[in-house]
Amino acid sequence: MAENCGMDGMKQKIGFTVALLGLLAAGLVSADELNMPRGVTDISQQVYSLHMIIFWVCVVIGTAVFGVMFYSIIRHRRSAGYEAAQFHESTTIELLWTVVPTLILIAMAVPATQVLIAMYDTGGEDMTIEVRGYQWKWQYKYLDDDYNNTFSFFSSLSTPQDQIHNKSVKGEHYLLEVDNRLRIPMNRKVRFLVTAEDVIHSWWVPDFGIKRDAVPGMLNELWTIVDEPGIYRGQCAELCGKDHGFMPVVVEVMEESAFDAWYAEAVVNEAKRRENLSKTFTHEELMASGEQIYGTFCVSCHQANGKGLPPVFPSLVGSPLILGPVDEHIKLVINGVSGTAMQAFGKQLDAAQLGAVVHYERHSWGNNAQDLTQPRDVLALSGQ
Amino acid sequence: MSEAIHADHQIEHHDEHGPAKGLSRWLFTTNHKDIGTLYLWFSFTMFLVGGVMALIIRTELFQPGLQFLAPEFFNQMTTNHGLVMVFGAIMPAFVGLANWLIPMQIGAPDMALPRMNNLSFWILPFAFSMMISTLFMEGGGPNFGWTFYAPLSTTYAPPSVTFFIFAVHMMGASSIMGSINIIATILNMRTPGMTLMKMPMFVWTWLITAYLLIAVMPVLAGAVTMMLFDIHFGTSFFNAAGGGDPVLFQHIFWFFGHPEVYIMILPAFGIISHIIPAFARKTLFGYDSMVYALASIAFLSFIVWAHHMFTVGMPLAGQLFFMYTTMLISVPTGVKVFNWVATMWRGSMTFETPMLFAIAFVVLFTVGGFSGLMLAITPVDYQYHDTYFVVAHFHYVLVPGALFSIIAAVYYWFPKFTGRMYNEGLGKLHFWLSFIGVNITFFPQHFSGLAGMPRRIPDYALQFADFNMVSSIGAFIFGFSQVLFLYVLIHGIRSGQPAAARAWSGARGLEWTLPSPVPYHSFTEAPALTEEEAHS
Amino acid sequence: MKQPPRQPEIRRTVKQLSLIVVGMCFFVAALVPLYDVFCEVTGLNGKTAGPYTYDPAVTTPDTSRLVKVNFITNTNAGMPWEFWPEKGAVRVHPGQLKEVTFYVKNNTDRVMMGQAVPSLVPAAAVAYFHKTECFCFNQQVLQPGQELAMPMRFIIGRELPRNVQSINLSYALFDVTNAMGDVAASGG
Repeated sequence: MAENCGMDGMKQKIGFTVALLGLLAAGLVSADELNMPRGVTDISQQVYSLHMIIFWVCVVIGTAVFGVMFYSIIRHRRSAGYEAAQFHESTTIELLWTVVPTLILIAMAVPATQVLIAMYDTGGEDMTIEVRGYQWKWQYKYLDDDYNNTFSFFSSLSTPQDQIHNKSVKGEHYLLEVDNRLRIPMNRKVRFLVTAEDVIHSWWVPDFGIKRDAVPGMLNELWTIVDEPGIYRGQCAELCGKDHGFMPVVVEVMEESAFDAWYAEAVVNEAKRRENLSKTFTHEELMASGEQIYGTFCVSCHQANGKGLPPVFPSLVGSPLILGPVDEHIKLVINGVSGTAMQAFGKQLDAAQLGAVVHYERHSWGNNAQDLTQPRDVLALSGQ
Repeated sequence: MSEAIHADHQIEHHDEHGPAKGLSRWLFTTNHKDIGTLYLWFSFTMFLVGGVMALIIRTELFQPGLQFLAPEFFNQMTTNHGLVMVFGAIMPAFVGLANWLIPMQIGAPDMALPRMNNLSFWILPFAFSMMISTLFMEGGGPNFGWTFYAPLSTTYAPPSVTFFIFAVHMMGASSIMGSINIIATILNMRTPGMTLMKMPMFVWTWLITAYLLIAVMPVLAGAVTMMLFDIHFGTSFFNAAGGGDPVLFQHIFWFFGHPEVYIMILPAFGIISHIIPAFARKTLFGYDSMVYALASIAFLSFIVWAHHMFTVGMPLAGQLFFMYTTMLISVPTGVKVFNWVATMWRGSMTFETPMLFAIAFVVLFTVGGFSGLMLAITPVDYQYHDTYFVVAHFHYVLVPGALFSIIAAVYYWFPKFTGRMYNEGLGKLHFWLSFIGVNITFFPQHFSGLAGMPRRIPDYALQFADFNMVSSIGAFIFGFSQVLFLYVLIHGIRSGQPAAARAWSGARGLEWTLPSPVPYHSFTEAPALTEEEAHS
Repeated sequence: MKQPPRQPEIRRTVKQLSLIVVGMCFFVAALVPLYDVFCEVTGLNGKTAGPYTYDPAVTTPDTSRLVKVNFITNTNAGMPWEFWPEKGAVRVHPGQLKEVTFYVKNNTDRVMMGQAVPSLVPAAAVAYFHKTECFCFNQQVLQPGQELAMPMRFIIGRELPRNVQSINLSYALFDVTNAMGDVAASGG
């Protein structure tokens, strides 16, 4: 009698609560904001479905097992006067709960295998882009059968430092915005060849359902066909040093005609850029482009007045390096200074840009080095 | 004849002297109980150190933006938190429990190699002092993740990496020696009548864990030695320029790394297999299956390693193989969970603190197991890999998994070790705070991972803000509850109620036939193994 | 009953376990060459094999299909040379011997040595991509200002799986000038 006193009500309450919690958890995850994105490719949607199937299998098994357990906790307790039974083995039930889960797993493995095979279907691509991870930015190179049409650019985080250091309000795409987006056409098979310059990075776009490690010295293949135009954002997904959290991936998927127009223009600009490498510029031309490059790449550390923030960011005003032989100045900008924040700009800026910014520094803020730095001077010290 | 009596008489004299006094007792002890105590207090200290690092991390992650830490230092915190918790907290705690319990549970007087036992322990404070001191060296401490992939950990590592490598070698030596000791003890020193299939489950789990350790610790040593050579002697194991391959590092590391995580959970399984039967007052269900499941898990743990590397660019056949073996390993693990539930079923349960932690283990470890099963599905893993979904998974299996089992073990065997009972009310409070704290900390991380938040980042996009704030609050709740645990232990040791030999009415095993606290030397005479105490 | 002495059994166990430890040390050392062999067989890390001897009598082009081969060139870790392919891509029949040219230019004012490291995807194609002549087999020494045209001859095996329609071959060029003394000493 005492055993039953209030027990049936309790049982029902507990059972109800467990079921409710299970549903709540399941409901929470189904809520789109809390769940993996469905994405905009066929693959990403297959992946999402697979994820949900496995999730529901786990919820069902979990509810069953925990349900039995919580029932037992309520019912089979000494304080309720329950006496312990003596059984402690059963070959039948052991076999059952070994074989049945194995069958469930085999059932899960079938769709998983199918989706994986679909992801490995390389070949038949419409275009190829090399994705190269650097500390701490991505470089995208559009490959063309005609090498003269191949061009590349860097894609770096464009969120201002002020926002990161809580001096101004964070924008909507905080940490997920870049200066130059990767652009690809919709409805075409784009192949990505992923590699890295220095350490292992990883290129990931959740909405496409694809991620692949960028390993130095090695190529990895990835492909996607995107159904919907738009801007999609991802991040580097392998610890790569200090700014691992600050090298986002931003892809703009364009309508085919818009993409083709952009691509054609980019090829033309690339040809012009290459021509510049063998040109000779005037002082005025060098100052104009140098000022612009300085304003993008150098000003955040060395400041608009060239005074920097010593000792971390040296002053360029009257600096012995800048007033000394131009070769040393060029080499420092190309190679950076290891162990400091001064990056090796040789990879990011081409010889014309490097020449211009070096020239600008040598002739600003009272500096007057009395020389012209042409692209060929830079080429003599670097390969690009 | 007279010599034998004389020898016995000398032993009695030795017992009356008891342990040495003062610091030299602890420095030179060869007694398994003392060494077990040293390991346990060392691991608790390391747990608090690693916990402080976790709180530093969660403080920075409380809100978007960089408030407190430079990214370089954040990377040092995440790296060292992992290293300290894995190698300094969880593993030594299980070794401490092994030292205390194995000899008593098999009816042996001590471990097989008592002096090597002492060395195995004392290597650790030295190794960890060196490793933690690297945080204060020029260039900072290790900042490449506890998984230290090359070339970030070779060409791009700070100068202190050499000390890191040295510390890892020392920890490995300690583990290998400890494991040889454990196997030699278990295989050779069981009391007559205790066949392998009559051993306590905790002993079984440690027998298998010790074999895993001696198999894979040399592999870790190999990996860090190759790193050392690449850094200092111009070799190119992991350097593409010289014809090497960074991916080789990952294969070698995870060949160690996957068995390592089973090393961190098998003893936990053993502990739970003692506690649940004790508080359900019912024999463990399916002893034989439990042993076979352990052996299957150990075997399978060697052929699943590349599931940590699904995104590295393996060919399709490799991906499928590792997906299938990884999925398969959930079968024996599930068998164990079902067996624990079947032990509870129709038992006569009470819910003292050890039982609360044990039940929480079964539920929350299983939750971690489910997220592990989801991660095993390769095409979906591309979305989970290196996100907070993985962080949530491994914290569920390690914190309410391994750590809760250690805490449960400490509460359960506390009266046996100390002769006193801890305060049950405070123990339960510690449990509820820990349970609530651990779930508030780690459950939201499933969602931030699904939403796209990568691992090992000091700052994050705005859509992850709410999850991170909740997680950080939970971390502080959980962290401070462990200070309560420290209080419960010290208060219990100093002024707890005296405990009986069989402190828990449902407890079974040879250790419970000894007085509480156990004498400094126990089972100098081999005990008889009765049906009552045997597990069959 | 007193505990019996167990030293001999303990010693034997310790010896056996130590052998396992030593054995695993040999195993991890063996993993290094094993990995290379495994990669050759599976094409896992895209490393193509060494020089291939081509017998024109035995091999005829499979004219039923064309395979596109993309060429990608990169310089790694601050290597200051220019490095580019004459053609971004070519289309070949499996079984057809093809020659392409790559260019390197040393724009600096010192003698330097470079090493090109190939990587090929997809992995399924690695075993069938045979190079009869490749600059990647050797290190290249360039004088200051020197530009060099480097031929590469390859033939794709006819047994290439039919579902592989394009192959991407990348070369990463590294600066190995530091090893130049060794090369000179060994005569070349």
